[in-house]
Amino acid sequence: MKRLACAAFALMLSACAQPQLRATGDLGLVVERADGALQLVETSHNTALGRITGLGDLSHASLVYSRDERFAFVFGRDGGLTKVDLLQGRVVGRVVQSGNSIGGAISQDGRLVAVANYTPGGVKVFDTDTLELVADIPAIAADGSRSKVVGLEDAPGNRFVFSLYEAGEIWLADLKDSKAPKIRKYTGIGNQPYDALVTEDGHYYMAGLFGEDGIAMLDLWNPDAGVRRILDHYGKGQQPLPVYKMPHLEGWAASGTQAFLPAVGRHEVLVVDTTTWREVGRIPVAGQPIFAMLRPDGRQMWVNFALPDNGKVQVIDIPSLKVVKTIEPGKAVLHMEFTPRGERVWLSARDSDQVTVWDTETLEKVAELPAQKPSGIFFTARAHKIGL
Amino acid sequence: MKPVLVLALGGLLAASAAWAAPSPARQEQLRHMVDQDCGSCHGLTRNGGLGSPLKAERLVDMGDEALTATILDGRPGTPMPAWRGLLSEDDALWIVRHLKGEGP
Repeated sequence: MKRLACAAFALMLSACAQPQLRATGDLGLVVERADGALQLVETSHNTALGRITGLGDLSHASLVYSRDERFAFVFGRDGGLTKVDLLQGRVVGRVVQSGNSIGGAISQDGRLVAVANYTPGGVKVFDTDTLELVADIPAIAADGSRSKVVGLEDAPGNRFVFSLYEAGEIWLADLKDSKAPKIRKYTGIGNQPYDALVTEDGHYYMAGLFGEDGIAMLDLWNPDAGVRRILDHYGKGQQPLPVYKMPHLEGWAASGTQAFLPAVGRHEVLVVDTTTWREVGRIPVAGQPIFAMLRPDGRQMWVNFALPDNGKVQVIDIPSLKVVKTIEPGKAVLHMEFTPRGERVWLSARDSDQVTVWDTETLEKVAELPAQKPSGIFFTARAHKIGL
Repeated sequence: MKPVLVLALGGLLAASAAWAAPSPARQEQLRHMVDQDCGSCHGLTRNGGLGSPLKAERLVDMGDEALTATILDGRPGTPMPAWRGLLSEDDALWIVRHLKGEGP
């Protein structure tokens, strides 16, 4: 305990004469994708506290937090699953668990961390304390072929939900008994599910389809009802445009009865009525949207874009559904993260090697932090959100 | 050789006969684009992801023309988009050679 407090203290100051306690609620990690590193940051004063290295290939990396907001579980592209201690500012565990992976999720009870793998396709589940393998779920479809796994999300009831990219299936894995997962498989859900989300209330799992227009939706409150198709026109439409970067669905949130989705390959954000699951409007924006993220209060939405418009970010006022400001926070803006109550948003600009912090009321920049090729930004408040 | 391929080749050969290497500044942009943007799907180390691996040893046996066409026109039925709107034929050929380890 003493050592721990000293280590935490050492991170903040230079001496360790008197142990100083540190909480993690205002901490976060910024992925430095090209260097296999993370920057430890804090959002109360917008500063960097340290750098953690040795995490392998972090292209398209993401992470989840332990329920005590002390540890991060980082999912690398190279199949690495790395456990990082934010208080000590260092790696405390690492397994290379597959050849190629794409994100993961932490269970409701915080005891299991699951990783979605491309090669070999499947999901592996680990004990969050020890990183020991608890369950191995190969993604072998009904026809015997093996699929890449995408859109792995946590759901209430210590369940994980994920999609099989090639096979077009959704699997619901119940890990209440982690040694013997119960898996329910939904086949024929559509062509090429490429990403998915679980709504904030844990009610629905939605997978975007790349191979056809539409979204496959599973009602997690009523899994017996099967997967239904919504927004049948959602996708590339009649005259497909090149999709330079796949939109991410994770930023989905509802404001009242409206939810917002990045259109696929089109310069629009779609407005969806969550009582009917029908499209009720489109907001023209500056490029192909990647993330369309609502400020936590739902009053405002921030949107970033694919090439060649990835130097812009637009702010949309929700009551009027109008773009109120276009900012240029740097080159290749990859990700956006709101502080837990939304007074600030942090933006990563990969090709400008910087992270900028913006006041969401004045829409002015309030801080800049240097970072090496930053991509994802993840604040610890995610620990207590379903689907993050 | 099949007529379709000849046609496709015809256009590219004409281009490659007069192939002008992109300017040094453009090459720098392209190198960066390959690492970072192609890397989003194909991996920073080109070991693949949602997209195929792009390791040199895997590509050397494939024709420059076919690979250039894949970059410019995409692969229908997959998320690989047509990059023609952002890349010229010279750019694409430079990328192919770069990926094969032949270019600078």
